[in-house]
Amino acid sequence: MRRPSRTLLAFLLAGPAMLPGRAALADAAANIAGEATHSTDGAEIYRQVCQGCHMQNGKGGTGAGTIPALAGNPKLASASYPVFMVLNGRGGMPWFGTMLNDAQVASVVNYVRTHFGNHYTDSVKPEDVAQQRGPAPTMEK
Amino acid sequence: MRIGAAAGSVAVYQAMTRLGHAAGTDFRGSPDLSGAKKGTTVLVLGAGLAGMLAAYELRKAGYSVRVLEYQNRSGGRNFTLRGGDTLTELGGATQHVKFAPGNYINPGPWRIPYHHQGLLHYCKLFGVQLEPFIQVNHNALLHNSDSFGGKPQRYRDIMTDFSGYTAELVAKSVNQNKLDQPVTEDEKQDLLAAMRGWGLLDKNYNYVKSDFTSLRRGFDKPQGGGPDGAPTPSTPFSRHDIMKSGLWEWLSFNMTYDMQTTMFQPVGGMDMIGKGFAKQVNDLVTHNIKVTKIAQDGSGVTVSYLDNNKGGAPGEAKADWCVCTIPLSILSEIEVQAGAPMKAAIQAVPYASSVKIGLEFKRRFWEQDEQIYGGISFTNQPISQISYPSTRYFTEGPAVLLGGYMFGPAAYAFAGMTPEERVQEALKQGSVFHPQYGSEFSNGVGVAWSRMPWSLGCCSMWSEQARKAHYKALTEIDGRLVLAGEHASYIGCWQEGAILSSVSAITRLHQRAIGAA
Repeated sequence: MRRPSRTLLAFLLAGPAMLPGRAALADAAANIAGEATHSTDGAEIYRQVCQGCHMQNGKGGTGAGTIPALAGNPKLASASYPVFMVLNGRGGMPWFGTMLNDAQVASVVNYVRTHFGNHYTDSVKPEDVAQQRGPAPTMEK
Repeated sequence: MRIGAAAGSVAVYQAMTRLGHAAGTDFRGSPDLSGAKKGTTVLVLGAGLAGMLAAYELRKAGYSVRVLEYQNRSGGRNFTLRGGDTLTELGGATQHVKFAPGNYINPGPWRIPYHHQGLLHYCKLFGVQLEPFIQVNHNALLHNSDSFGGKPQRYRDIMTDFSGYTAELVAKSVNQNKLDQPVTEDEKQDLLAAMRGWGLLDKNYNYVKSDFTSLRRGFDKPQGGGPDGAPTPSTPFSRHDIMKSGLWEWLSFNMTYDMQTTMFQPVGGMDMIGKGFAKQVNDLVTHNIKVTKIAQDGSGVTVSYLDNNKGGAPGEAKADWCVCTIPLSILSEIEVQAGAPMKAAIQAVPYASSVKIGLEFKRRFWEQDEQIYGGISFTNQPISQISYPSTRYFTEGPAVLLGGYMFGPAAYAFAGMTPEERVQEALKQGSVFHPQYGSEFSNGVGVAWSRMPWSLGCCSMWSEQARKAHYKALTEIDGRLVLAGEHASYIGCWQEGAILSSVSAITRLHQRAIGAA
């Protein structure tokens, strides 16, 4: 059964001390977060989560700053690099380790490393992602 | 009263503030920058509110100021889209806004709590006209696709039934002596009286269908005049359905300090504030400048840039001091000569993704058909909310509402769509509230902040860990450089954060410049 929002559920699980849902994203009305995708399909996760910045074609873009291309990016040669980035983010890129589970991270990293002109043959397993997980950041209340 | 009689109104105000009765944000008036050395130069990076405020106050104090801005306009994230405007996002998609004259959408900031006294101070100073923004509308709708058969319900009904049943449960617990441990006999009587008033309970402490409860909930047949004027009370939902619905989430959301009345908006669009600031300082601003490096030594600051007025030709600007208001999403990719703590802090704050959808309809059906005047309807669908325009009520012709405003997963997903898909999806989801969507839609625009080329995100997203480890270093003066913007405040994502951060930054920079700190 779906509840009004995942975030609400998180509040409930975390106990009443966290209600009401005020957060650092003040005007953001941070309890209006919508529901994270449950998909474990790499293409679907990429569409739902990644392409808002990295673009449908994986080419990123440049304005005042640059959103890195995933297409033809040599940093993807070692799978542990994109796994780290998805889990922890970097600079302006948020962390997704609290939103995506191990299977989802593995799936989307495998997707990115085999699309957009990337042809890496080794793949990441959820266990590999689990091993790379560090302490998760906590969004401010 | 004794203080007031004895010491006059200033003392009263100070006493009230101390007691927490009149406190707004941490704003104490325009900064005092007296004693500036003539000819001291300051370079301000970014012409958003933080940068323009710094330029305005520093020039007024006697500094020689220059502002560099990446965009071809001032205002930063304070902007408004109207008919005739064009918006090109990263990836190349361009939207041509087709709103009718007078209509607009605020893709960024859109409302100002009454306690954001810093921003309101400058609005008043710069002659920006404000009007009420309706946050809470008891006749707006709340929707959960899994409750009440997916049918949206009136805010008023959910509010009344929720407080009624909750009060009933508390009252029953008191009367059955279930609260004996924490509640004294005196307190029991107060609690029972309070629950009766708050929950509209009858003499037996039950929340029931009655004229009494309908005075909050509304009547099935409204109160009228003449012989047939007698109303018919409305029927509360069942307690089970109310509790299970989760719709009470929105009641508590609207209780938060930031969402309380009175809320304001500028008349004519949020960019009236950006324009108000720009009117004061635009002669100091060079637009179309992309900063590529911020260097400093003991004698001054050197900023390298590409001048897009001259085909991207490289250039340099020098000054004694620098106030940098570039969002960290951008600054984290620029070479900054600063100590390791500030450099680490610049890298430590990711930016939230957010999406707003503006939809123009041929008429104000929400007013004409449903008596919804301003305010917000909420839903558990990804669009999360619909906000009706808090202005120009009862006018004929087309009007624009906010057809979706989201952060988090929903924003990531909507940002990944084409602008046309964002609008279509918002129409599909919003029609749950308003079947008129289909026949009355005219045109729309979908703004994804992660694809705004000049910010690559909406606003700073501090984690508890980053705040603890890096906030101090981010805000402290590093040599001749100080950072400002909503990211350098505890009021992230609000314009007030930019104002307070800038006031703090230039006050401290001034003290350093005159050798007092």
